[in-house]
Amino acid sequence: MSKRIEVNDLDVYYGDFKAVEGVTLTVEPRSVTAFIGPSGCGKSTFLRTLNRMHEVIPGARVDGEVLIDGSNLYGPGVDPVLVRRQVGMVFQRPNPFPTMSIRENVLAGVRLNNRKMAKSEADDLVEKSLQGANLWNEVKDRLDRPGSGLSGGQQQRLCIARAIAVSPDVLLMDEPCSALDPISTLAIEDLIEQLKNDYTIVIVTHNMQQASRVSDRTAFFNIAGTGKPGKLIEFDDTDVIFSNPKVQATEDYVSGKFG
Amino acid sequence: MTTTQTRTDAAHSSGNGLENAYAHGRLGRRVPWLVLGATMLLSIVAFALLAAAGSTDGFNIVGAIMVGALGYGVVIFITSLLVEGMRQAKDRLVTALVTTAFIIALLPLISLLYTVVVNGLPRFDVEFFTWSMRSVVGEGGGAVHAIVGTLLMTLTAAVISVPIGLMTSIYLVEYSRGGPLSRAINFFVDVMTGIPSIVAGLFAYAVFALIFGPGIRLGIAGAIALAVLMIPVVVRSSEDMLKLVPNELREASYALGVPKWLTVLKIVLPTAMAGITTGVMLAIARVIGESAPLLVAAGFTANLNYDLFDGRMQSLPLFVYNSYIAQGTDAQAYLDRAWAGALTLILIVMALNLLARLIAKIFSPKKGR
Amino acid sequence: MTSAPARPARITAKKRLGDRLFSGGATTAGALILAMLAAVASFLVLQGVPAVTADPRDMSILAGHENFWTYVWPLIFGTLWSAALALLMAVPLSIGIALFISHYAPRRIAQGLGYIIDLLAAVPSVVFGLWGANTLAPAVQPFYTWLNDNLGWFPLFSGQVSGTGRTILTASIVLAVMVLPIITALCREIFMQTPVLHEEAALALGATRWEMIRMTVLPFGRSGIISATMLGLGRALGETMAVAMVLSSAGVVTFQVLTSTNPSTIAANIALSFPEAYGLNVNVLIATGLMLFAITLVVNSIARWVVNRRKEFSGAN
Repeated sequence: MSKRIEVNDLDVYYGDFKAVEGVTLTVEPRSVTAFIGPSGCGKSTFLRTLNRMHEVIPGARVDGEVLIDGSNLYGPGVDPVLVRRQVGMVFQRPNPFPTMSIRENVLAGVRLNNRKMAKSEADDLVEKSLQGANLWNEVKDRLDRPGSGLSGGQQQRLCIARAIAVSPDVLLMDEPCSALDPISTLAIEDLIEQLKNDYTIVIVTHNMQQASRVSDRTAFFNIAGTGKPGKLIEFDDTDVIFSNPKVQATEDYVSGKFG
Repeated sequence: MTTTQTRTDAAHSSGNGLENAYAHGRLGRRVPWLVLGATMLLSIVAFALLAAAGSTDGFNIVGAIMVGALGYGVVIFITSLLVEGMRQAKDRLVTALVTTAFIIALLPLISLLYTVVVNGLPRFDVEFFTWSMRSVVGEGGGAVHAIVGTLLMTLTAAVISVPIGLMTSIYLVEYSRGGPLSRAINFFVDVMTGIPSIVAGLFAYAVFALIFGPGIRLGIAGAIALAVLMIPVVVRSSEDMLKLVPNELREASYALGVPKWLTVLKIVLPTAMAGITTGVMLAIARVIGESAPLLVAAGFTANLNYDLFDGRMQSLPLFVYNSYIAQGTDAQAYLDRAWAGALTLILIVMALNLLARLIAKIFSPKKGR
Repeated sequence: MTSAPARPARITAKKRLGDRLFSGGATTAGALILAMLAAVASFLVLQGVPAVTADPRDMSILAGHENFWTYVWPLIFGTLWSAALALLMAVPLSIGIALFISHYAPRRIAQGLGYIIDLLAAVPSVVFGLWGANTLAPAVQPFYTWLNDNLGWFPLFSGQVSGTGRTILTASIVLAVMVLPIITALCREIFMQTPVLHEEAALALGATRWEMIRMTVLPFGRSGIISATMLGLGRALGETMAVAMVLSSAGVVTFQVLTSTNPSTIAANIALSFPEAYGLNVNVLIATGLMLFAITLVVNSIARWVVNRRKEFSGAN
């Protein structure tokens, strides 16, 4: 289920404004890759181009290619709906559907494909996904209650359960812990560690400790100034980035001199 | 589909487009437009043939567009179902339906504006704006008495309702603390918003009939009926505008030792003035076209009357209604006057709406987003 | 907040004359609204009661009716029936238009499209009446004949088809056009408030645009749609002139929508009969007006109740 992502010379534009310029990197399967960098450097924007969610923002477009196991996401005839089914996403703020119960939330993605699902099969999937998200024990007695009744950390894990229920190839996480308290954050980080065994995970984070704790490889993005495009400065193993970076800007950032 | 603004460059996709796991049968970007053009053309040709064969009277453009739009929905659904699958097909069908809904809504608007302009122009002349209907039978005559009446009654209604409405909204926003009075006012303003306009007219009539005896019709009664309809609109729009004034401004003023009433008068009201004016203009635009309450409370007449407190008073909407309902011997002359009155009325209402939007645009404090 | 023990120490601000005048004025204005509404209700009741209590033979308008209630029943029926038909057409259309503006049209022109629909709301009802009677009725008449010929077995379309097209269906179409901008404006507002978070969550799961709308926008906007519908209903029930001008009515109760014998509505009946009414007949008309007032009051109250009850289940968290 886990796949390799190759990005070749990718530019992202908002209308005429170039937000990200010339990104080339490869994400290995069954690994966690962290994107770090100061605010506004385009790391979240870039993350969204990996499942074409940037197209939700009016005027956003992309130049370049993103290959997932050799298939270009921006090739002719590619259906963004199909891309997003294979590349799941978890957002900054937990966003379970407020009108659905916990169970319905988990099944939301699967139901879209009109697959006629036996109740037992659906039950299995709900349990498997919630267990995969370390949430099963906390909610198994109240599956029919609304998802918005859970705590922030539980909601975020519910969103992860919802994302993995459709068995995606890749899981993108856009600052998944920034709205959570430290204990919930720890729970999510443990979960990421487990999910790594099955999925390719890309995570954007503002928290450098978090990047160093959970990721195998780290990409540092930076921006030269307001109005300039964000660029990929350095991409290497996490230990190297945090202990022995090759670029001065990376060292300044990870050592807390700016950002 | 989400608007794909990606440059789909075949040369870029390193030649493996066919094996792409994320590509499946997709209709090209131009296909829906081609289908739309084809079905529309087909439908128009079919209707033209029907018209030529004499089975319909004349070419039915509305019918052609409707059938074309429906045909597009069916064809695109089937095409998409075959090429892209059920989910995409449903998505395309809904897109077609939603767009058709919008077009359907445009049809009456266009038809209405077109008929009013075409039928209204023949009598949209100087005589129309200088003559009353006093001793006019058949052709000629004008609506000056109706225009004067409408202006007088609407202005009076505004004079009554703006102070009451504005003060009530000031009470609700600045003075009330959610007590029973403010809850009662809130509830009853909502009730007032729902009063059918003819009931407001009956109320005004009932009040004056009790004082002056039955059968009374007065301009002032019409004005009061309009005021009843106008007050809740003014209250709600001013309330919204006052709530938009940031609390920091009030606190800054209090911190300077300014008493509350001066703060409201000198800080809050000027800040909200543009919005309040817009709300008042829109409220006037709403009641200036009202006819039912005036029919009951102010009656109708053929004579020019400047005195709100003496006798019946004609209004422009009622002039239109009356010309249509009571067509005299020369029916066309009455209809022409009705359409010309309708055109005048629409122009006045549109002008008020436009003015209101302009005021809102020019004078509103810049939004700091 | 002053707590109980601190009460003796509470400092009362000096009441300035300006403050007192101003707050007094504001309070009076608010109270005046309450008084005015009480006046509306009591005057209508006062003038309406004689219609019910007096001998029906004293009122020429009730000729052919046993009493006031047999007179008003067909009117109530016509009012509800025409409004229901209008909503049946206007609500799906409005939701479609609102979705088109909020989620389908390119963002740059969406606001302009909203203004165009708002233009419909600015057209006075007499103009709608004139248009409905002179343009719409003749235009739809052939279609009515066709419906009657081909679908005449369906009870709604049965009966002798009207030659002028001025039937209750035409009146309902005009009403639908009139309430359309009201419902559309409210729905649009609600749809646009759907949290982007939820929309993105649906899209990220691989939903098409329609699936995203079904999963997030419609459930989120449900109570808004209901209150918009009720507001439109209130407007359709009370609309007077357009119906009075379009509908050719006879005091009957029938569900047939294509014939020339249609039930009238309360409001249109008042408008048509009031100018010639005298004596107790006026009281009869006022009493029917009171019924209309009561019906709209009930409709609006239900709307508010639905919205309040749904608030806790809505998407706002």
